[in-house]
Amino acid sequence: MDLKKLEEIPKSYLKEILGSLSKLEKLKKIPFFTGIHFKDAERALARKIETYKSVERDARRVWKIVELSRNENRPQCKDYIKGIFEDFVDLSGDRLTGEDKSIIAGLGKINGKTVAAIGHNKGRDIKERMIYNFGMSIPQGYRKSQRIMELADRFGFPIVTFIDTPGAYPAIEAEDDGQASAIAKSISVMFEVKVPIIVVLIGEGGSGGALALAIGNEVAMLENSTYSVISPEGCAAILWKNPSGTKLAARELRLTSGDLLRLKVIDRIIPEPLGGAQNAPGRMVKIVKRYVTGALEKYTRFSGDELKSAKVHKFESMGFFNKE
Amino acid sequence: MEKIKCKNCNKDIENEIFILNLWVCPYCNYHYTIGARDRLQITADSNSFNELGKNISSVDFLNFYDVKSYGERLKETRLKASLDDAIIVGDAQIEGNDVALGIMDFGFMGGSMGSVVGEKIKILSNHSIEKNIPLIIFCTSGGARMQEGVISLMQMAKTVSSVGRVKENRIPYMTVITNPTSGGVSASFATVADIIIAEPGALFFFAGPRVIKQTIKKNLPSDFGSAERNLKNGQVDIIVNRSDLKDTLANLLRLFRG
Repeated sequence: MDLKKLEEIPKSYLKEILGSLSKLEKLKKIPFFTGIHFKDAERALARKIETYKSVERDARRVWKIVELSRNENRPQCKDYIKGIFEDFVDLSGDRLTGEDKSIIAGLGKINGKTVAAIGHNKGRDIKERMIYNFGMSIPQGYRKSQRIMELADRFGFPIVTFIDTPGAYPAIEAEDDGQASAIAKSISVMFEVKVPIIVVLIGEGGSGGALALAIGNEVAMLENSTYSVISPEGCAAILWKNPSGTKLAARELRLTSGDLLRLKVIDRIIPEPLGGAQNAPGRMVKIVKRYVTGALEKYTRFSGDELKSAKVHKFESMGFFNKE
Repeated sequence: MEKIKCKNCNKDIENEIFILNLWVCPYCNYHYTIGARDRLQITADSNSFNELGKNISSVDFLNFYDVKSYGERLKETRLKASLDDAIIVGDAQIEGNDVALGIMDFGFMGGSMGSVVGEKIKILSNHSIEKNIPLIIFCTSGGARMQEGVISLMQMAKTVSSVGRVKENRIPYMTVITNPTSGGVSASFATVADIIIAEPGALFFFAGPRVIKQTIKKNLPSDFGSAERNLKNGQVDIIVNRSDLKDTLANLLRLFRG
């Protein structure tokens, strides 16, 4: 057995393979077994190693997408708003307790029609990232989003959201201010409004913090963005109990745009310039602009009640289970 | 006489008294986590429960494998917890009041919410609307079921939508937060209820102490996430002792009738 091959399989599978290997070697040494064919066992083991190698290759492929989705040179919410909306006015505050800059919300025009834009913004350099809190929101941000959505609903303005967050901000103050209920209420408001909602996942779609802005009539995902119930790091810490499981977790979570289209969680993949959006940010913004403009045109044709019940139907149909 | 040691106050409790006291320590009032079947027995009028959605079960549709496959985990848990999934739903009576009742069970994969929990809450919500009876859900959960990937995240959306339809129909919706309730369940159907009741000491938060500690690198206050702290912060309506819970629910049900 060529032990060099073992470098190419995931670390967490190594123990199992080495276990079978040493068992096999031990058996070979028992004089009684001399002459017995070990070929079948060896072949089975080789097949297993091949499978694990392909798992490792796939995990590395997925990990590249995770890294791309987090690339700081990808266009961010702010860039899309600037490139897509005219006369945009940035609005602040939840009118209850504060303002959260990690979520940008406001009104602007697309093709002469007023549209609300809401999205997480991560910031690029460290100074900006501190201002935007790395795109991790607190209840004030989710409540600002609710306020602007309700306002848009009252005036019949369609809503476009841009998702890019590692997840809601884990902090004592955020919990004390009702992080859980703020996210739940945001989801609830997005079901209630009767104007078209277009959701674009532009980078990292992290857990409940992402979902709080992601109940859309149409949900689109940039090719190299991700959408996940938990970060690969968090998942590895819980299930693998070891950071070495991070890349495998990324693969197992099925968080790529391809996976999510197949699972019908999203409606569309928006292709990125070659090598990723960071290579041609200007072009990326134009591609998203074309998509958003088209989607708005498509959905403004439906009545409010149609839009609402289609959303309910779509999200309430999600899930896979056995039914006797 | 068999005794157990209270994990909160270290006092010895006689087993029989422990059970008679509804799995609450008679000395320090620590409320122990209990299974869905026990909860049903102390909540609903006897023989009033008709279970719904018994025919659906979880499936490893992603072939999710960490150190064990999800399929295997399901098999093991079903045996251990003698339940089909992390919630039972059905209609029942509480002191003669008809209700649509859901009870989660932490013993089934940490009460995690996957497709089956989502679908059962949808079935229960539909039943509540169809029969025009109030909806009550006892919550306990570690959050979304990671082994179902983003589909488990979508159950947050699904359940918020389902219970939202109940509310739109002007049917009362109440949740009871039991120890512990966190993650995806706390940030979905658990917190959009008309009335949120919590058991004493129940932990109730979105992000847990471990994650927060990692981020802020400081120790957390000892009452972090407790029902009492949540009450002070305006996140729950009332804290009710387990022994009074049935009466409180019945009273609220009568009040909602006007």
